[in-house]
Amino acid sequence: MAHLANHPATRAAAKVMNRFDLTQRMVALLRQDEAVIGGIGYTNFDLWAASTRADGSRRTQNFYMLGSMGLAVPIAMGVAIAQPARRVIALEGDGSILMQLGALGTVASRGQKNLAIVIMDNGAYQITGGQATHTETGSDIVAIARASGLAQSAWAADEAAFEELIRLALTEDGPWLIGCRIDAGKPRDTTERDPARIRDQFMRGIGVR
Amino acid sequence: MPADTEGAAGTWWEITRDVLKRQDVRLVTYVPDNVLRPLIEAIHADPFFTAFAVAREEEGLGIVAGAWMGGTRGILLMQTSGFATLPNVLASLSVPFQIPTLMMVSERGTLGEFNIGQSLVARTMRPVLDSLAIEHHTMTRLDEAEFILDRSITQAVATQAPVCFILSPLLTGGKVFAK
Repeated sequence: MAHLANHPATRAAAKVMNRFDLTQRMVALLRQDEAVIGGIGYTNFDLWAASTRADGSRRTQNFYMLGSMGLAVPIAMGVAIAQPARRVIALEGDGSILMQLGALGTVASRGQKNLAIVIMDNGAYQITGGQATHTETGSDIVAIARASGLAQSAWAADEAAFEELIRLALTEDGPWLIGCRIDAGKPRDTTERDPARIRDQFMRGIGVR
Repeated sequence: MPADTEGAAGTWWEITRDVLKRQDVRLVTYVPDNVLRPLIEAIHADPFFTAFAVAREEEGLGIVAGAWMGGTRGILLMQTSGFATLPNVLASLSVPFQIPTLMMVSERGTLGEFNIGQSLVARTMRPVLDSLAIEHHTMTRLDEAEFILDRSITQAVATQAPVCFILSPLLTGGKVFAK
């Protein structure tokens, strides 16, 4: 992919950024009612926090998992299959995606054009006390994604590069995978835990109800 | 009643395919199984369906859940051992979020099983379904197949609850012992 040539090839070469800041930048770039599926843990919490508007309302096209660790990508793919005209983003942590690496191959084999995967990689199970994940000791999610058949996979070199990659993912055919190295910053809020309400708001947000 | 019975009502897999179409279940994810093979082939042969294999059953259930939230009905096909990988996702996604994930399991582990692992894991399936209060039906008779499938899919959608169809060897012929 020529337009990915300027992005770093390895995790080690990517700048360590902040999850909330990146999530805010991503949400700010959403313009077409794109669906966002938040995995569990702090990735989920910061999506909730970043989706709060000045008037206290929140974007309704987000789905927040509660458990089912590792399933943000499959859920996002299901939404993407059902609504091919809508862009869908799976927002997942490194510990979560490591549980369901086969899903990357499924996305690749279907060539799901309207799907982007964003990985927030701090190399740790942060919510359980910061125990190291395999990405801290050598597993490279972008390299795994490429080897799974997701050619349009890249590490974000810095914040500006992250925004450039999100813009690409929102306008050009996917599937995309964007790797983000992040620090151990705490999340800004905690997601409400009412599954039926989360699901109903999401379905209304994407026009099913 | 064996798998290859060609009656007026059709085979179990023809009935299943036709009920899925009538109920507008367009998406089919699966981890392959020998008994399910004619159903999988019939679904792939029909452009009505979007069907593909997944790497793991949890993943297939997640895709079906996402598709339903996006407005498309789907079903996950698997065998007994694959079902045993699902309790966490059923308990944290399908049930609490009230998502009617449809499941169909080719039952191994009974009526002539030759693999001890299959016969043991099979015993966990109904207790897991019962403990989560998930509706399930063991399908043994060709003349009941359409009624069970059609009514239960209607109920699953209406009540926003998952349902599991267990295909007994009495219906399908099962996988036979081979040395």
